[in-house]
Amino acid sequence: MKGNTTVKLIAFAVWAVLLFAPFFFQEVRQVEVAARIAVFIVLVASYDLLIGYTGIVSFAHTMFFGFGAYGVAIAMKQLDNTWGYWIIGTLAGVLVAAVVAVLIGLLSLRVKAIFFAMITLAAASVALVLASQLSTFTGGEDGITYSVPDVFKPATKLLTDDEGKVAKILGVRMNGKIAAYYFVFFSCALMFWVLLRIVGSPLGTVLKAIRENEARAEGIGYRVVAFRTAVFVIAAVAAALAGAIYATWLKYTGPETTLSFAIMIDILLMVVIGGMGTMWGAVIGATLMVLAQYYLRDLMEVAANATEAIPFLPELLSPDRWLLWLGIIFILLVYFFPAGIAGTIIQRRAAK
Amino acid sequence: MSLLSIRNMDVSIGQYSVLHGVTLDVPEGGVFVLLGRNGAGKTTTLRSIIGLLDRPEGSVTFRGEDISSLHTSDIARKGIAFVPENMGIFGGLTVAENMVLATASGKFDQTRLARVYELFPALEQFWDKQAWSLSGGQKQMLAVARAIIEPRDLILIDEPTKGLAPSIISAMGEAFREISETTTILLVEQNFSFAKSLGRDMAVIDDGRVVHTGTMADFAADTALQDRLLSLSMEAS
Amino acid sequence: MNIVERFGGVFLLPVAIAIIAFVLIGAPSSWLTLTVAGLAMGMMLFLMASGLSLVFGLMDVLNFGHSAFVSFGAFVAASVLAYFGGWLGSESIFLNIMALVFAIAAAIVFGAALGWFFERVIVKPVYSDHLRQILITMGALIVAEQLILATWGGTPTTVLRPNFLEGTIIVGGSSLEIFRLFAFIVGAVVYAGLYLLLNRTRMGLLIRAGVENREMVEALGFKIDRLFIGVFMLGSALAAMGGAMWAGYETLITPALGAEMMVIVFIVVIIGGLGSIQGTLLGAIMVALMQNYVGFLAPKLALASNMLLMMAILLWRPYGLAPAVK
Repeated sequence: MKGNTTVKLIAFAVWAVLLFAPFFFQEVRQVEVAARIAVFIVLVASYDLLIGYTGIVSFAHTMFFGFGAYGVAIAMKQLDNTWGYWIIGTLAGVLVAAVVAVLIGLLSLRVKAIFFAMITLAAASVALVLASQLSTFTGGEDGITYSVPDVFKPATKLLTDDEGKVAKILGVRMNGKIAAYYFVFFSCALMFWVLLRIVGSPLGTVLKAIRENEARAEGIGYRVVAFRTAVFVIAAVAAALAGAIYATWLKYTGPETTLSFAIMIDILLMVVIGGMGTMWGAVIGATLMVLAQYYLRDLMEVAANATEAIPFLPELLSPDRWLLWLGIIFILLVYFFPAGIAGTIIQRRAAK
Repeated sequence: MSLLSIRNMDVSIGQYSVLHGVTLDVPEGGVFVLLGRNGAGKTTTLRSIIGLLDRPEGSVTFRGEDISSLHTSDIARKGIAFVPENMGIFGGLTVAENMVLATASGKFDQTRLARVYELFPALEQFWDKQAWSLSGGQKQMLAVARAIIEPRDLILIDEPTKGLAPSIISAMGEAFREISETTTILLVEQNFSFAKSLGRDMAVIDDGRVVHTGTMADFAADTALQDRLLSLSMEAS
Repeated sequence: MNIVERFGGVFLLPVAIAIIAFVLIGAPSSWLTLTVAGLAMGMMLFLMASGLSLVFGLMDVLNFGHSAFVSFGAFVAASVLAYFGGWLGSESIFLNIMALVFAIAAAIVFGAALGWFFERVIVKPVYSDHLRQILITMGALIVAEQLILATWGGTPTTVLRPNFLEGTIIVGGSSLEIFRLFAFIVGAVVYAGLYLLLNRTRMGLLIRAGVENREMVEALGFKIDRLFIGVFMLGSALAAMGGAMWAGYETLITPALGAEMMVIVFIVVIIGGLGSIQGTLLGAIMVALMQNYVGFLAPKLALASNMLLMMAILLWRPYGLAPAVK
């Protein structure tokens, strides 16, 4: 079996589990995990388009994610929780993301790749600071809680039984929560498919040529800056859409769930764990990281309690120090395992 | 025994193989000219001698010592100077500072400095000017001056006449002739008439291989050979 | 344009900013207070940013973890100052100064040691691979920040200041904090020292040449690597010193300090241009003045205004105002 096929099979298995997640796992927290995985697959895949296919590092991906989320959140809160305003909010978020991406891209992609990383980091910080300071609009540090279109309300009955109550299929209530989950699932699956198509298209080939040898690609006649900016905009729009979807699912948007630097780190880790430049790796990376986030922290809690008697060690093992370990793992991965899981599987099989 | 000998040098840059099995012997004394079309591998050969390429294969022997695994700075300390194609001038530094950097101790040997002034009077005139303000020819003079301010056994010079006016080229030729009386020069050149006037021995590189070696006198006499090996890119003599 | 060039060219920009601000603010005494605060902050930003700029210029290495040195400097200095709390409160200026000197020296030594570790362990394996360099130094920043959290805790740490630097002096109706004047003087002295190092010593000559063309310096017979680790440690030590000064300036510090300063430091080096300390000083002064003036006029937009400043300058000069000659 070719490595590529193995990776795809794993990814398909993940999608299949996500498809039936509400039936497999009936705890609220588990469905929460499934929805988060779906959203982060799109977020990470769109980031992979940038880092893996063009070799440029952006720290502004959460900013675009936030634009989409805040677009929906503000529309739902300030206007009304109808589909019309949902679309307006999403479009507004996407538009802002696209415009900002064009500006940043044209300004900094023509200089050095390293400027790009610095400038996106600065832009993301400004967005974060503005979101927490312009509190009349954004709810500040507390964020915004809002209602979403009625079909997603838990009280909504999608199917009713003979007595007019919510019908159950395989023991699962067919209410608004199910609608919301499948809204998330299908939107994310669709976007992932679109991203795959982009990578497989002639654009993807050009991007690879640029990544391999920028000067040569320029020589052949590709306008490198234009292509890079285009990819940056596509990635930004995808991130904004993912943000809009996530905001609809959570019914809450705040700096911590969308804009924070911790999420940027998550995305980086997911893309590196999964494998840069593979697209399918995003599925693996996002799944592993989200699972770890939800369940490994519990383990750390146990470990911290168990080592209570030893000085300093509990401090390092406490769940609050989660990021410390992520950081160390991240460094080690980039040193020793830069191809990530998907990349390594593909290389190993290819070598045989 | 030759001063410098290269054996089976293979160099790849990225995925592209640039040199395949270059073998070359540079005898001591005089000017040795390396000719070849654009992209044939002449510059790469010079850079591999001075140790600026990542993982070349093959050996470089200088005065009987294998220098191929040495660091660039150590190769330079063995007595090899390098004048790259872009001249490698530090534009933000003054002419004086450029020259001081080329000395090992930070102090000038006054007789050598006098000789530099004699060869290139313009440098004395612009001694305290920032190097970016020099003309192209003056920059080239500075680059060569840096190479001779310390006693060296071999100077690698990459296309010194590129983009220079004819009068400056002939002055440069005079300087090279004088320098070559005491120091061996390995000269990469596209300007055939310039090369012909200076060279004692020569080699032609094509497509990453040495395709011809001999004396410049023989090569200059054989126009058919010149046409075959250097056609198109070389300027007419 | 020629006249502008003759009187300093882009180095007049901070003056222009100050003049515009003078008009907008209207009250000369507030303006003077803000300008002094801006200059003091600018000098501290310069300390933090100069190493980043030089290291990038010399080796094409951009250390995203640079702000960890700033954080560690701040916390180490705060701890040393707390340890000598008795000396600080003393009436004896000598004891005051000794405590201060110990604190800053501790920050510098710690910064240099951490810099050595960073260069050898974190950065060295990924020279010339920008993608992995950015990722790994970013990872190192996270680890460093978490270690600070684990060591000093998440609650804000109060920084004690020596007695003789407390208080204000009144000049022409505006009150100027003594610590700010002190910070300005320290920064100016360090700048002068760096300037002399770079322009009057052989090592400085090698650094300036290496920033322009690393290969050629090696072809002239010098080892850049050895020079580089020296510059890296110097830059880390200066950043830690900047952090120590900043701790005294803020008097209340949290582990988030490094991350907050990183963004400003990046804006400084992008505006100033990488690789030259003149450019870094220019960027630092401009950013700090903007930060203070806009912070007074429209507090919420202080950081955003610097972002806009950076964008505008990049449009005009893609490599910054005064980068090293390449």
